[in-house]
Amino acid sequence: MRRLALVALACGLASPAFAQDAHGGHAVHANSAPAGDQTTGHAGMDHSAMDHGEMDHGQAQDADVDHSMHMGHAMEPERAADDTPGDAPPPPVPTDRAADAFFPPAAMERSLAAMYREMTFRTFALQIDQLEYRARSGQDGYGFEGSAWYGGDIDRAVVDFEGEGAFGEKPENIEVSAYWRRALDPWFNLQLGVRHDFRPDPDRTYAMAGIQGLAPYWFEVEGQVFISNKGDVHARLVAAYDQRITQRLILEPELEADFAFQDVPELGIASGFEKIEASARLRYEVTRMFAPYVGVFWERRLGGSADHVRAHGERASAVSAVAGIRIWF
Amino acid sequence: MIMKPSFNRRRFLGVSGLLAASFGTASLFPAWARSGSAGLPSPDVLSGKEIALTIGESHFATGGRSAHAITVNGTLPAPLIRLREGQNVRIAVTNRLAEQTSIHWHGLLLPFQMDGVPGVSFPGIDPGETFVYEFPLIQSGTYWYHSHSGMQEAMGHYGPMVIDPTDGPHEPYEREHVLVLSDWSPMHPHEQLRRLKLMGGYFNRQKQTLAGLLAGRDQTLKERLEWAAMRMDPTDISDVTGMTYSFLVNGHGTPENWTGLFAPGERVRLRVINASAMTNFNFRVPGLPLSVVAADGLPVQPVETDEVQIAIAETYDFIVTPGEEAAYGIIAEAIDRSGLVRATLARRVGLAAPIPELRNRPLLNMRDMGMDMSGMDMDEGGVIDLSRPANEGMEEHSMSMRDPSVAPDVPLGPGVATLSPMPADRLADRPTGLEDVDHRVLTYADLRAREKNPDPRTPSRQVDVHLTANMERYMWSMDGVALSEGAQPIPFRLNERVRVNLINHTMMPHPIHLHGHFFELVTGEPGHRPRKHTVNVLPGGRVSFDLTADGEGDWAFHCHMLHHMHSGMMRVVTVRRERGEA
Repeated sequence: MRRLALVALACGLASPAFAQDAHGGHAVHANSAPAGDQTTGHAGMDHSAMDHGEMDHGQAQDADVDHSMHMGHAMEPERAADDTPGDAPPPPVPTDRAADAFFPPAAMERSLAAMYREMTFRTFALQIDQLEYRARSGQDGYGFEGSAWYGGDIDRAVVDFEGEGAFGEKPENIEVSAYWRRALDPWFNLQLGVRHDFRPDPDRTYAMAGIQGLAPYWFEVEGQVFISNKGDVHARLVAAYDQRITQRLILEPELEADFAFQDVPELGIASGFEKIEASARLRYEVTRMFAPYVGVFWERRLGGSADHVRAHGERASAVSAVAGIRIWF
Repeated sequence: MIMKPSFNRRRFLGVSGLLAASFGTASLFPAWARSGSAGLPSPDVLSGKEIALTIGESHFATGGRSAHAITVNGTLPAPLIRLREGQNVRIAVTNRLAEQTSIHWHGLLLPFQMDGVPGVSFPGIDPGETFVYEFPLIQSGTYWYHSHSGMQEAMGHYGPMVIDPTDGPHEPYEREHVLVLSDWSPMHPHEQLRRLKLMGGYFNRQKQTLAGLLAGRDQTLKERLEWAAMRMDPTDISDVTGMTYSFLVNGHGTPENWTGLFAPGERVRLRVINASAMTNFNFRVPGLPLSVVAADGLPVQPVETDEVQIAIAETYDFIVTPGEEAAYGIIAEAIDRSGLVRATLARRVGLAAPIPELRNRPLLNMRDMGMDMSGMDMDEGGVIDLSRPANEGMEEHSMSMRDPSVAPDVPLGPGVATLSPMPADRLADRPTGLEDVDHRVLTYADLRAREKNPDPRTPSRQVDVHLTANMERYMWSMDGVALSEGAQPIPFRLNERVRVNLINHTMMPHPIHLHGHFFELVTGEPGHRPRKHTVNVLPGGRVSFDLTADGEGDWAFHCHMLHHMHSGMMRVVTVRRERGEA
């Protein structure tokens, strides 16, 4: 016992102090030295039986080390040589389960699987971010936007939906996209899927790809590209920001720009920037899941798309006062 | 403070289950936990060689919040089990729930197959079944027990355990009280987790605001922009807060005012257990110094202090000597200051100590981000340029918050938002939010074990364990890999002496618990280092402990923040004989 412990001490002394990185965080563990501290003879459970009182190197350790360097707020202190761990290699990772010696392995397997299942959290959410009344010159209208999803941290199935229109008329736009969302890095997600526009007429189906996430300074951003079943290509950029005024009163400005890579006459779209939408909604979070809001919404058609609208006797830009609710389930 | 069986259960309950649940009606709390308790010994403490526990369901209410709870023998907290060092015990645990359950004996040194972690140490206890735990008590002190199944611990499945030493108490006292601190929410923990996945800061109602900026509170605009550029929130102190939690002492909220009695001049031993699911507490008894006599059950050389941050799963024993006042407040404040619980030490029943005001919510700082600025040449004002090394001499230490060279073995997936560029040894630091209070605060470096450390060997090797997370996605892991992703166990040889370095790459404290072992915190001179089963690793910091891997078998090793463990900040530790060893 005593001899083994002395071997352990010798190994400790032999390992150079600089083997441990002075700045911490990524010490390099060389795998060369032999393990020197295999004590034997202790039944695993009997901790009280350990008695190292006779060992004399404990005092030797105490004698010559300036331990004050462990304290305080200084940079990671360099540990004294006799306290520096050695560089013995780790043991192999066992491939068996210790509990199988005491319980039916099948029961252990089941409970382990149950634990993994429990720890693999998948969930469903329905988040309606906007459900609003739009008051404007001419016929008042409505708008909605939201998302339903199921999945875990990395992969999710998502259905986004948005629409708008004027009361008493057919809806202007109704878009539904269904896509696979995959986390790419801590902040951004890939979107791959399809979008179907039920309105306007004629309806269209697009293949879509996008990137969505949280940019520095807490900006929510999204960029998407769409290719329709007729071959036309579009792009969309969205950015939004939550400005907390108080804990519950939050102003959310949002900007969206749509771009077409070619003319699509049957949809009244001309190549170039189609339209931009800018809005600001001031919500009051009664709870996180329920927040009424008021705001303004401004929409402007651009370039050839604006000309198309004007040719139909409509205005290219419109401002609405909006009031609605954000509701999550 | 009413506990009654819930009658709206959809499933059929056996007669014995109803009987067990109805104990709750008969005696709302066990006597030791009842308000007005004279302390221990108390008549309904469970002792002896044979103990029976029944896990069931009850209804629980505190301070206007009420919901379904999981209880043991019909009470919340569960019964106090008091045993004697050197005895053997058989504890039969019967499951009257519709789902599996288990009991883990937190801090006990026992054969691993009695440790109570389904999937690791045993198969769990199925509905209707009884499992008999049987083990010798080879230690003494203040411990606790709780479920390791589902998230039952967050719903009330926890209780205290006291083991008396064979050679009598080490520090004299005339009276003792057990204080089980906990957090309790009417929202099911699964729903809490779901909401945290919708929004990492879901329960944080103390974020920085424009109104605060205009009023000159919190960070300056410049600091706010620097932190926003990194997408880091300095108010991210606790994940689940007083927004949904009521904080409890022995199952009593502040309105119910749990009261423990004393006679003036008595030395009163407080055995304090933080049995919370997600709340670290700042503990103090205003007007009385706390003499710390044990930490995690094991005796320490008495040290006097005024406030102690008790992380989840830690236990501390204090001796206080109440003086002339008629009543003293026992204050456990959530570290994010979203709430507190006041209990009372009183000369007689009916007195209530004042409720102190909540102190200001703390803000995280650069040290919590893993940037140890001391000793570095920083521009005045600590401007951070994340794009380049901090200075010429430190080129290998770029101040990037996600420099892979800091932790080369950690895969940098979506679950790892940041890596601490320069994590400091924070064992001597005051814990989060207590940096500037104007009284004494306990740090780990103040603790010295009363007994000589049993194993004086220098570790033969060391292991780094990285605590990793992405707060926004609410992902938690060790070494960048969640347990459920099939993470490899951390292997140890039987009786091997190893230094384990816990490196916190997150901005949240993590109370890390190793089952079946005590380890020595590497602080102060060797010989009497504090021995713990749980250590709170401060944000952006590191903790080293030396472990003698003398518990043969498989053990759980995890963050004791329940949602963190559940999300994957957990590993299995294996302790095996080397091949060929008999």
